[in-house]
Amino acid sequence: MASRIRLGVTAAIALALGVASVAAQDQSIIVQSTTSTANSGLYDDLLPIFTDETGIQVNVVAVGTGQAIKNARNCDGDVLLVHAKPAEETFIADGMGVERFDLMYNDFVIVGPLEDPAGVRGMTDAQGGLEKIAGAGAMFASRGDDSGTHKKEMSLWGDTDVDPASGSGEWYRETGSGMGATLNAAVGMDAYAMTDRATWISFGNKDDFEILVEGDEDLFNQYGIILVNPEQCENVNVEAGQSFVDWMLSDTGQAAISAYEVEGQKLFFPNAK
Amino acid sequence: MQDLGEAFRLALSLVLSGDADLVEIVSLSLRVSLTATGAACLIGLPLGALVAITRFRGRNAVLILVNALMGLPPVVVGLIVYLHLSRAGPLGFLGLLYTPTAMIIAQTILITPIIMALSRQVLEDLHAEYAEQFRSLVLSRRQQVAALIWDARFSLLTVGLAGFGRAVAEVGAVMIVGGNIDHLTRVMTTAIALETSRGDLALALGLGLVLMVIALGVNAMVQSLRMTAVRHAYA
Repeated sequence: MASRIRLGVTAAIALALGVASVAAQDQSIIVQSTTSTANSGLYDDLLPIFTDETGIQVNVVAVGTGQAIKNARNCDGDVLLVHAKPAEETFIADGMGVERFDLMYNDFVIVGPLEDPAGVRGMTDAQGGLEKIAGAGAMFASRGDDSGTHKKEMSLWGDTDVDPASGSGEWYRETGSGMGATLNAAVGMDAYAMTDRATWISFGNKDDFEILVEGDEDLFNQYGIILVNPEQCENVNVEAGQSFVDWMLSDTGQAAISAYEVEGQKLFFPNAK
Repeated sequence: MQDLGEAFRLALSLVLSGDADLVEIVSLSLRVSLTATGAACLIGLPLGALVAITRFRGRNAVLILVNALMGLPPVVVGLIVYLHLSRAGPLGFLGLLYTPTAMIIAQTILITPIIMALSRQVLEDLHAEYAEQFRSLVLSRRQQVAALIWDARFSLLTVGLAGFGRAVAEVGAVMIVGGNIDHLTRVMTTAIALETSRGDLALALGLGLVLMVIALGVNAMVQSLRMTAVRHAYA
């Protein structure tokens, strides 16, 4: 019996080690990423091209921008790809990242139900739209998760006279989850929501929802890319991480970003300098 | 409701076409959860047996604690394991975060209390029958544990299945420690969560149906194994 147990333990350890060795790739990096780039299918399109050219395997952990930055601060990634410039600059200032590069942009839009109870359709003024939604007491679904989109939404509210927190749980619904989950909730509650355009175009559960407010300069959405600082995190795969950053910023990478379309619409516009 | 019909159609076509990605995801799910169940049994069964046959101060407190731990929220287990395996954590040097091994560790922690608590109950009942014999044979504690586990092996299969069911169905822990990385740590439940967030509810539900069929298959296999074994044992 004792030998049987020993055999079992040995087998379990061997299995676990086997699993670990399968996972270990010679050249692989972890990218801590915002969700929109993953959910929209951009990575499925870009990464095979990069891996073909370089042999480097890219493992994407897609979480909200806030969590991605936190994970990168814990050294749990080689590259950070997110969209909240102030938070990214703090990350650099704290010495956690080597350098931040503009990568690409798109924009945020406010979507809502067809009947549009607050009457914001066609508006090009984001703050005005939000004020009108709040004024009408119409339901608004917020990410509420410290993500890039949530940070942007809060900065837009900050420029209005409305304090959305005072309506929390009533007309202002904070889902505390990802963009897709929040859109699912918004559709379910007939609530307005702010989303990046890429996630919206590739979102499959739109029901009768439409883009109602768009085109405000304040809705500009810039994505940045950062190599995690190897001086802070010695586990960073500098060579592979740097070549991923370089490739994304190169003409080839930028052209590949530009070429990515869903339903005939461009989702991201490259703007590396 | 059209999603429901579409989900059945998608689930069928995914299974019938032997979609390579699906096969990869399903086999990782099985590998992670079965390994975790095996590990949890190695830890939980002897501990459950030990508690079943011994009387000590604070035993009731231990029982309450283990029973309560059966309700551990997966996301909390995921967080605890993340904090340990993160590069910033005490075990960060192992480089295990975002690997299947990390997922196995998390699920093992999640279901060991289930294995321990349920097996303790099964073995305590059996021990009541055996206690006199054990005394007359003057067996050591280790021998008693071994004898109880061996004789209750068929009932303990159900205990193992309860643990496996919990492991294969949870999403909170593997999402955090595995990261849902395509072709590396994506399992059935995290794939379902991903498709839900993409708004592809039909595909998400289709994957859910596949997961249920797999759970059904594993249970049926264990049940038939058990029936064959019981027939041989009492033939």
